[in-house]
Amino acid sequence: MKKIITIIMALALVAAVAIGLVACGNSFEDGEPVDIPALDVQEVRSYEGLTVPADFKIGMICLHDETSTYDANFINAVKAAVKALGMADNQLILKTGIDEKAVCYTTAVELVNQGCDVIFADSFGHEDYMIQAARDYRNVQFCHATGTKAHTTGLANYHNAFASIYEGRYLAGIAAGMKLNEMNKDKADGEKNYKMGYVGAYTYAEVISGYTSFYLGAKSVCPQVTMAVQFTGSWYDVAAEKEAAENLIKNEKCALISQHADSMGSPSACEAAGVPNVSYNGSTIEACPSTFIVSSRIDWTPYVKYIIAQTVEGKAIATDYTGSLKDGSVALTAVNGGVMAEGTIDAIVEARAKLAAGTLKVFDTSKFTVNGAALTTYLADVDDLGDYVGETEVVSGGAFEESKFRSAPYFDLAIDGITRLNAAY
Amino acid sequence: MNQAPKTREPLFHLVKRDVTKKWIPWAIRAGAVVAAFILLGLMSLISLGVNPFKVYKYMFEGAFGDSFRVMRLLRDLAILLLFALAVTPAFKMKFWNIGAEGQVLMGGFACMICMFYLGGKVNDVLLIFISLAASVLMGAIWAGIPALFKAKWNTNETLFTLMMNYVAIQIILYTIKIWAPGGTGTLTPSAYGNLPAIGGEHFWFSIIVALVMTAVMFVYLRYTKHGYEINVVGESENTARYIGINVRKVVIRTLLLSGLICGLTGFLLVAGIDHTVSSTTAGGRGFTAILVSWLAKFNPIAMIFTSLLVVFLSKGMDEVMTQVGVTNSFFSQVVTGITFLMIIGCEFFINYRVVFRHRKNDEAAPAAPIPEAAADTAAPAPTTEEVPIPSETTQANAAEEE
Repeated sequence: MKKIITIIMALALVAAVAIGLVACGNSFEDGEPVDIPALDVQEVRSYEGLTVPADFKIGMICLHDETSTYDANFINAVKAAVKALGMADNQLILKTGIDEKAVCYTTAVELVNQGCDVIFADSFGHEDYMIQAARDYRNVQFCHATGTKAHTTGLANYHNAFASIYEGRYLAGIAAGMKLNEMNKDKADGEKNYKMGYVGAYTYAEVISGYTSFYLGAKSVCPQVTMAVQFTGSWYDVAAEKEAAENLIKNEKCALISQHADSMGSPSACEAAGVPNVSYNGSTIEACPSTFIVSSRIDWTPYVKYIIAQTVEGKAIATDYTGSLKDGSVALTAVNGGVMAEGTIDAIVEARAKLAAGTLKVFDTSKFTVNGAALTTYLADVDDLGDYVGETEVVSGGAFEESKFRSAPYFDLAIDGITRLNAAY
Repeated sequence: MNQAPKTREPLFHLVKRDVTKKWIPWAIRAGAVVAAFILLGLMSLISLGVNPFKVYKYMFEGAFGDSFRVMRLLRDLAILLLFALAVTPAFKMKFWNIGAEGQVLMGGFACMICMFYLGGKVNDVLLIFISLAASVLMGAIWAGIPALFKAKWNTNETLFTLMMNYVAIQIILYTIKIWAPGGTGTLTPSAYGNLPAIGGEHFWFSIIVALVMTAVMFVYLRYTKHGYEINVVGESENTARYIGINVRKVVIRTLLLSGLICGLTGFLLVAGIDHTVSSTTAGGRGFTAILVSWLAKFNPIAMIFTSLLVVFLSKGMDEVMTQVGVTNSFFSQVVTGITFLMIIGCEFFINYRVVFRHRKNDEAAPAAPIPEAAADTAAPAPTTEEVPIPSETTQANAAEEE
C-alpha cells in the first residue's frame, strides 16, 4: 500500500513539475540572461577629440572593497571610464575600505599629494570630509556620490552626483508585478498572495524613495500588490539582511523579495527558499539562477567620464548631477529568462520609453495616496542643514518632483500599501 | 638500563633556555621580524605576482613616502600607543582588561555629548576643557565598573570588560539615531570644541600627548610605589596580601588609571581627529593594543616600536594593495595576520630551544644510550627541563620573566 502511495506521489510530483514548466510558457532556462533591448543613449557631452594628458590622475575613495556590490559597481564604472577615455591603469588610484570618518580626509589629501586632479568618493558619510578636503585644496575637483550638501556649501570645486534610479527601480518593479500576476494566475481566490517584501538598509530618503518607486512599478501592472519593509540599520550586513529576508518570507508570507542593502544576504536567502528576487546594484544571476529576476543599477561610467573630461578641459562640473535613463546612468541588468514572467521585457521597454520621454512620472500623485488622501503639497528637507525640517515645495504638475532640487533623493513619505516593520537610522 | 634503548627518542624535543645572555631574545625577535617580511615578500610574489622588492618599496612609500604620510603615520602610531599604554598597567597586574575599545568609545562619546549640547553655547576653549574632563571621567567609570565587580565579587574581568565594549557600541548607535533622525547612522562632525592645530598641523596634539604619557607611564610603572604594588599583585596576590598591600584598592585604582587614559584617547580621537563619534571610532585598536603591549613586554618605551611595526604594516599593505590595484582586503589581512603570528610565535623560541635527535648516533649505535639524553633523563640539570609542547604556558612564562 505504502509503495503504491509513494509511486502515485512521485508521479504527481513529476506531473506538477511538467505542468509548471509548460506554464512558464517561455523557452528560456533558469539562469539564462536575456538582454533588454538598449535605449538610444545620448551621453551628456561628446568625448570626441578629447585626449587626457598622461600626467592626469583620478582618485577614488570607496567605503568597502569589491566584495560589496555597491562599491564593486563604482569600481567597475571608474575602471570602465578610464579605459574608455584611453587612460593608462596608473592614472587611476583606488583606495578601498575607507571609513566615514577623518580617515576619508587624510586619504583625500594623500590622493592630492599623489597628483590626483579629480577625486571621487562613493559613500554618503564621506561627504563632510570631502568638503573639508575641497576647502583645503581648491585647485582639485572633489566629486561625491549620494551627497546632499554641494548646493549649500558654495564651493566651486565640490560637486554632488546621483541618478534618477527611482526610474530604474520602477522598471524593476514592473518585472516584479508581472511575476506576482503569473504566480497567482492559476491559484484559487483564497490562495492568491500579492504581498512583496523589501529589505532596506536605513529609514533614509534614498532607501524610501527606492522602495516606493519599486512598489509603484509593481502596482502599475498589479494593482492588488502590498509590501512589507524591514530595515537592517547597516549598508552591509550579510547576517542581518539574510535574517530580514527570511523573516519576510516565513513570517510575513511575502511571495517576492527585493532589497536595498549591499551584501548577498537577501538574494541568497531567496535562492535557498525558492522565492523570486529583484536585486540592486548588479546581477546576482550566477549565485541565484533560479530566483533572480532582474536588477536595476546606477551605471556611474557616464558620470566618471564626464568629470574627467570637464576637469581636463578646465570646464566646470555641475554642482548637482542627476544621471538618467537617457544618458545611460540608470540601467537594468539582463533579465533571468527562466524566472521572468512572460511579456516582462516588452512591458519594461514600453514603460522605459515613456519615462525617458517624460510622459510617465514615477511619483505621479494620482497613482498613490498618503494616509488615504492624495498628495497635493509637501515640504522636503532639501537643504539638509541638520535641522530635519522641510523647506522646499516639491509637489508640482501632478507629481512629486524627485531629484529636481538636488541630485540625491528626498522622497521620504510613507505611502499607503507599504508597511514598515521597523525603523533604522 | 636495558630499557633505555627501547624507548624511541622523538625527532626533536624542546628544552627550556637558560636565561643568560640578554641579546639572545632580541636577536630572535629581530630574526622573526626579518623572517616575517621575507615571507610577506614571497607570498606577494606567489599570489600577486609582484616582485618582493617592489612590495617592500611600496610599503616604505606608503608609510614614509612624503611628509604628510610621515605625519599621518606618527599620529596613528601615537593613538595606538595610547591604547596600549592604557591596557598595560592592568595587564601587568594580570587583570585582563580587553575593554579598552569600549572605554575609549565611551570617552569619545562623552566628548561628543559636550560638543553636541554645549557647542556654540559656551566659549570654545572652555568647551574643550569640559569635554576633556567628561571624557576622562567617562573612560574611568567604564573601566571602574568591572574593576569594582572584580574586587567585590571576583567576577571574570575578561568577559566583563569584553561585554562592556558591546554595551558602549550600542549606546553610541542608539544615541546617533536620536541625534540624526532620517540618516544613515553617521553624525555630521561638530564645528565646536575642536582641538587647535598646532603649527598648522592637526597631527601634533596626539603625538605630544602620547609622548608625554609614555614617559609618565614608564616612570610610574618602574619607579613609583604604585608601580611596585602593581607588579607584586600581578606576581602573586597572596604575597601582596602578606606584605600588607590592599589588593582591592590596587585593582580599582589601576583600572581607573587605565580608563582614564582610554578616556583621554577617546577625547583625542573625537575632539582632535574625527570631530564626530561612531561605533567604529576606536576601530578595533582596543584589541590591537593588547598585541602591542604584549609584544613590548609591557615596557612603554618598547611599545613605541611595536606600535610602529603594527602601523607600518597597515599603512604599508594599504599602499601595496593600491599600487597593485587589488580592490579587496583579503590578501593584506592574511599577510598581516601571518606576520604577527610569526612575531608572536618567536616568543616560544625565546623560552625554549629545539634539540634535534642525533640521527647519526642513532643509526651507528642503536643500543648505546645517547649521552645527552641520558644525562637529561637521569639527573635533570636545575636550569633545563623537558617540556611536552607547552601552549598557554609560554605566554605566562614570558610575563614572569619581566
